[in-house]
Amino acid sequence: MKTKWKASPYLYILPAFALLFAFRLIPIIMSFVISFYDWSIRGTGKFIGLLNYSNMLHDKVFWQSITNTFWLVIIVVPASIVFSLLFAVMLNQIKALKGLFRTVYFIPFVTSLVAVSIVWKIMFNEQTGLMNTLIGYIGIEPQKWLSEARGIFEIFFTGMGITLPKWASGPSQALFAIIIMTIWKGLGYNTIIYLAGLQNISKVYYEAAEIDGASKLKQFFRITLPLVSPTTFYVLIMTTIVSFQAFAQIYLMTDKGGPLNTTKLIVYYIYEKGFDTLEMGYASAVALALFVLILGLTVLQKRLEKHVNY
Amino acid sequence: MNEKLRMTIIYGVLTIFGLGMIIPFIWMLSTSLMTQAEFNKHESTFIPRETYYEWTPGGVPASDKMSDATEGSDLPSAIKSGKQKVILVMEQGTNSIIHSLDKDGKIVQEYLSVPSTQVKKVTKVPSLHWENYTKAFKKVPFGLYFANTLYVSFLSLIGVLITSMLAAYAFARMEFIGRDFFFYLFLSMMMVPEPIYLISSYVLLDKIHWLDTYQALIIPWCVNIFTIFLFRQHFKSLPQELFDAAAIDGCSTFGMLWRIMIPLSKPIIATASVFSLIGSWNSFMWPLVMTTRPELRVLQVGLSYFNQEASTQTSLLMAASTFSIVPILILFFLAQKQIIASYAKAGLKD
Repeated sequence: MKTKWKASPYLYILPAFALLFAFRLIPIIMSFVISFYDWSIRGTGKFIGLLNYSNMLHDKVFWQSITNTFWLVIIVVPASIVFSLLFAVMLNQIKALKGLFRTVYFIPFVTSLVAVSIVWKIMFNEQTGLMNTLIGYIGIEPQKWLSEARGIFEIFFTGMGITLPKWASGPSQALFAIIIMTIWKGLGYNTIIYLAGLQNISKVYYEAAEIDGASKLKQFFRITLPLVSPTTFYVLIMTTIVSFQAFAQIYLMTDKGGPLNTTKLIVYYIYEKGFDTLEMGYASAVALALFVLILGLTVLQKRLEKHVNY
Repeated sequence: MNEKLRMTIIYGVLTIFGLGMIIPFIWMLSTSLMTQAEFNKHESTFIPRETYYEWTPGGVPASDKMSDATEGSDLPSAIKSGKQKVILVMEQGTNSIIHSLDKDGKIVQEYLSVPSTQVKKVTKVPSLHWENYTKAFKKVPFGLYFANTLYVSFLSLIGVLITSMLAAYAFARMEFIGRDFFFYLFLSMMMVPEPIYLISSYVLLDKIHWLDTYQALIIPWCVNIFTIFLFRQHFKSLPQELFDAAAIDGCSTFGMLWRIMIPLSKPIIATASVFSLIGSWNSFMWPLVMTTRPELRVLQVGLSYFNQEASTQTSLLMAASTFSIVPILILFFLAQKQIIASYAKAGLKD
C-alpha cells in the first residue's frame, strides 16, 4: 500500500483530538497565561506580570507546602519500593495461597481514596482510634497522630531525652500519619508490577547461581535486584508522580492542612488558593511550579535510568 | 537456610502484612455496626458488643416516694410489658433508680425506683446494628449519588471506548502526514498531571457555562490518552493478512474496525473498561471542584460532604464508607484475575 493523502485518518483521530484540544491543551496553556494575572473567580483579571511568582517565592506557606510534599515523597517512594519488592519476591516463591495474598494486597488500591481516607482518619483518632489500641498492645503510649504538629524525630529524640535543633525535627506526626496511609494505599499496585517484572527474569540465572552455591541473599542482590531494575524505575517514577499529587487524604483527614500547616501538601495548597481564597492566578503559578518540579524529577530519574541500564 | 523454615518465615511475613492491608476494612465494617455510644466507650475493637441494663418489671412494685410512676397504674403501657433496656442511674439500698427507654433509645420515664433484683447487667456479643446503614441512607441521598456516579461513569466509558478505538485505529494502521506529531502531542499531554490544569479548567468551564452540569463531569473525561495507547499497541499486533483479505472482500476502512478489530479486541476492551470505571468511580478532585449543586454530587463528593457534616457520627460514616466501596469490591472480586493482570501488563508496557 502506498501512502497518499486521505482525509479519513484525520476524521478518526478527530474526536479524541477535539476533546484533548478543548479540555487539556487549552487549559494547560490557560494555566500558564492565568499565572501572570491577578485572577479572582469569574473575572477576566488584571495582568501583573511575574508578581504571582515573586510573591510565591516569598510565601512561607508555599515553601512549607513544598517541604511537606518533599517529606511525603522522600518517605513514601523508597518505602513503597522496598516493601512492594519484598512482598513480590516472597509472593514469587510460594504456590499455595498466592492468589489470595495478591488479592488482599491489591484491595486498598482499587477502593476509593475518599472512603479509605475517612476510615484512616477515624483510625488515627487520639481517643477512640484503632492505631492507639494497636500500638498499646506493644506498649507504646497513645499518640496524637493527626493533631500532632511536632516532628517525628523531635518526638522520638525528646522521648530519649535529647533535644534536637528545630530544622531536624522532621515531618510532623500528622504528616507521618498521612504518609503511612499513602504507602498502604499504593503498595498493592507496586507489588503487582514487581511481581510481573520478577516473572520476566529467566530461571536459568538462579539455577546457575544455585550450582555455584550462591546463597539466597546473594542471589537477591546479584540477580534479582539488577534484573528487576527497569521495573524499579517504573515504580520509582510512577510513585513519585502520584505522591506529588496527593490531595484527597489532606482534604478529608486534616483540618485544611493543619495542625499548623504541617500537612499542607502542594496540591492542597493549589486547591486552597484557587477555591477557598479565590486567588486563581496565584494558584496557577503554584501549579506551574509543581509541574516544573515533577517534570524535572522525571527527567532526572530517566537520566539515572539510562546510567543504570542492564 | 532450611527450606521449611524459609517458607514458614515467608508465609508469616505475608500473613502479618496481609492483615495490615485488610484490618482497616475489617475495622470499618465492625465500627459501622456499632452504636455510637459503644464506639465512644472504646471497649470493643473488632467485634461489636453492647453492655446495657435490662429491667424485668414484675412482682410487687417498690413503693418509694421518689417517684409515683412506680405505682403500677401510673406506668405508661410501654414500660409495663416484658424485659426492656434501661439506663441505671444509681443504686439506692435494695432499689435501683433507672430511666426507662422506648424502642429508639429515648427516655420515656425518668427516675423510676425499682427493686435491684429486677435490674440485670447484660452484655450482648455480637450486637450488630445494621440499622446504621438505613440511618446513613436516610440522612444523605446516597441513592442519588450512586445514580449520578453510575450515569457519569458509564457515559464516560462509552465516550472513552469510542474516541480511543477510532484514534488508535488511525495511529496503528494508517499512514498520514503528521501522525508522529499528533502521537507525540498526545503523549506529552498525558504527562501533565490533573492538578496543573484544574484551576484553568474551572475558568474554562465557567466561561462556557458548564459549571454545575453533568457534561462538565462527562465530556472532558470521554477521552483517555492511556487507553488510546493500549488499543494502538493491540491493533498494531493484529496480522496484516486479516486486513488484506478483508480489503479483497471489499470491506470498507470503517468496516475493518467494526468487523475485524473490535471483535478481536475484547480483552483490551475489558481492560480499558475496568480502568475507566474504577477511575471515574473513584475520581474526586474534579467533581468536587466543578459541581456545587447537591443534585449533581457523585458518590465520592457526597461522601466527603457527609464526612464534614457527620464527623462525630463515626458509625454512620463507616457505614457510608462501606457501602461506597462495595460496588467496586464486587467488580474487583468478580474479575480480580483479569483486573490484576491488566494493571500488571499496562505497567510493563510503559
